[in-house]
Amino acid sequence: MAKREKSRAKSSSPVVKALLGIFMLAMAFFILGPLLWLAIHAFVTNWTYPNLYPDGWTWHWWTQIFANSALEESIRNSLIISPIVVVLSMIICLPAAYAAGRMNYVGRKTFLIGLFAANSFPKIGLFASIATLYYALNLMGTIVGVIIIQLLGTIIYMTWIPAAAFASVPRNLEEAARDAGASKFRVFRTITLRMAMPGILVAIVMSFLASFDEAQGTYLVGAPAIYTMPTEMYALVENYPIQIAAVFSLLLAFPSVLLIGLARKHIVGGQLAEGFQIK
Amino acid sequence: MTDSPQEEGLVLNGLTKILGGRVIIDNLHLVVKKGEMVSLLGPSGCGKTTTLRMIAGFLIPDKGDIVLNGKDVTTIGPEKRPSAMVFQNYALWPHMTVFGNVAYPLKVRKLAKPEIEKRVHEALAMVNLMHHKDSRPGQISGGEQQRVALARALVQEPDILLLDEPLSNLDAKLRVKVREDIRDLQRRLGITTVIVTHDQDEALSISDRIAVMNNGKIEQFSTPQELYDRPETEYVANFIGSLNHIQGGFADGQVISGTEVVGIRPEDVHFSTEQVPGSYPATVQLVVPRGHFCEVYLKRADVELHAFISLDVPLAGTSGFVKINKALIYKDGKLVRVA
Repeated sequence: MAKREKSRAKSSSPVVKALLGIFMLAMAFFILGPLLWLAIHAFVTNWTYPNLYPDGWTWHWWTQIFANSALEESIRNSLIISPIVVVLSMIICLPAAYAAGRMNYVGRKTFLIGLFAANSFPKIGLFASIATLYYALNLMGTIVGVIIIQLLGTIIYMTWIPAAAFASVPRNLEEAARDAGASKFRVFRTITLRMAMPGILVAIVMSFLASFDEAQGTYLVGAPAIYTMPTEMYALVENYPIQIAAVFSLLLAFPSVLLIGLARKHIVGGQLAEGFQIK
Repeated sequence: MTDSPQEEGLVLNGLTKILGGRVIIDNLHLVVKKGEMVSLLGPSGCGKTTTLRMIAGFLIPDKGDIVLNGKDVTTIGPEKRPSAMVFQNYALWPHMTVFGNVAYPLKVRKLAKPEIEKRVHEALAMVNLMHHKDSRPGQISGGEQQRVALARALVQEPDILLLDEPLSNLDAKLRVKVREDIRDLQRRLGITTVIVTHDQDEALSISDRIAVMNNGKIEQFSTPQELYDRPETEYVANFIGSLNHIQGGFADGQVISGTEVVGIRPEDVHFSTEQVPGSYPATVQLVVPRGHFCEVYLKRADVELHAFISLDVPLAGTSGFVKINKALIYKDGKLVRVA
């Protein structure tokens, strides 16, 4: 079936091919266009309608960002908070994911569906009620408070994806390792965890991005004491020229792009993929 | 081959296992001699795999002992047991190379690197897979995967080798070759082996002795020849080979009315155009070619029989004489006499 479709695509007329090409280009422009606009704005002195070309090129906005201690601090906050959130999320969620993926207990399904359901409601209400709790606990405007808020958004990724990964490790691969003389812990380390690793890597990337991009809750409990890069964006958009926001967007995108690039190589191209037959 | 204690490789003594409220294995006794290859043969659900998993240590019996080379291993975990298992779907680790798979048991035992390398190479050479040393399980064929699994088991130099339906995932031609390879290797290494199978051809051709299982019990434990020639129970007679299964009695080479069960192997039914002592007139009703022999349906005054005939196959409608060379007579499921 797939073969036939392929051959039909091959034999399609040049007109169809050309239309398809135009469509692809339009899609690419639609997706990449705004990013390109952003990237150019980070380096121009001024570029406004009706000028076809920017007035000039400059590093000025970049130096301004790195000279501004508030902006710099938000970058530092983001780069500290997000990794901590991911590590904590792993510590909390991975054992739960293993239990949900491998053990059969009463309420297992309810637990998984519950996690999902909690994420399907607008979070702002949840954040507001958490904020009142934070006032009581003196967590408003603290790093710990922000970390807890961001943890909430990562839980769904760090449980569902690894749970599926753990569940998909065939039991008899573990039995074979036990039979070969490995202790339970060694079996977990060298077989189960190793085979679930692609799923866990995906969860790590998704959780990092979720934490790194989280603005709503972070703003609510963190501002004005703690700003991360996304919450700093609010201030930037209102108070600075557009070029500063462009530079900041690029900075904000950089870790995400880097992480996805690294993960892609490890998950899709790596040897780990072979076990999952996803090449 | 004496039954002195040193010769006992594996002893299952009164093994009982209850799973989900159902008795899966019921007071099972089995003694496998050292270096012997024994099949557990039976239909699915007869408890053969459960027995194997208890020998391997994945299941702990509710009652009874498992003694391996004189040592009680009943409650020892699979990782400490001197047994090695080849799983039905091979259970190779996809994230390791063929070398890595075979080396794993040795790495777990913390052997020195050169020693591991040497033994893995020996094991891979034994199954002719040196050229696939650096391949991954996903890149090699089913037959090759099977050999990797075998090498992984043998490299451990186990006291007992356990094979769980090792050939069921291979195509028919390969199956015959692989089973001969396994048999050859097992003989050469003199390793005590228990193989689980539902395929009687496989069991008959590969084993020193066969334990036919039914409902968690062993119906008969004997050599393939004995099992075929003298099935001790009606169940075994039906399960192994083909059988004319007739309600009645047997006297003077003829089936008479009675309360026993008469079992006649199709190859023990002899058709001839000439009358010989003990033969009675019969007509050929149907001839079904089966390749190297024909299945012939014969009607006699006393009984209808099917027979396997490979030479001088008669045509349907022909008349002649049929002699029953051997009949097995069962009463209440047990063999009472052979006529």
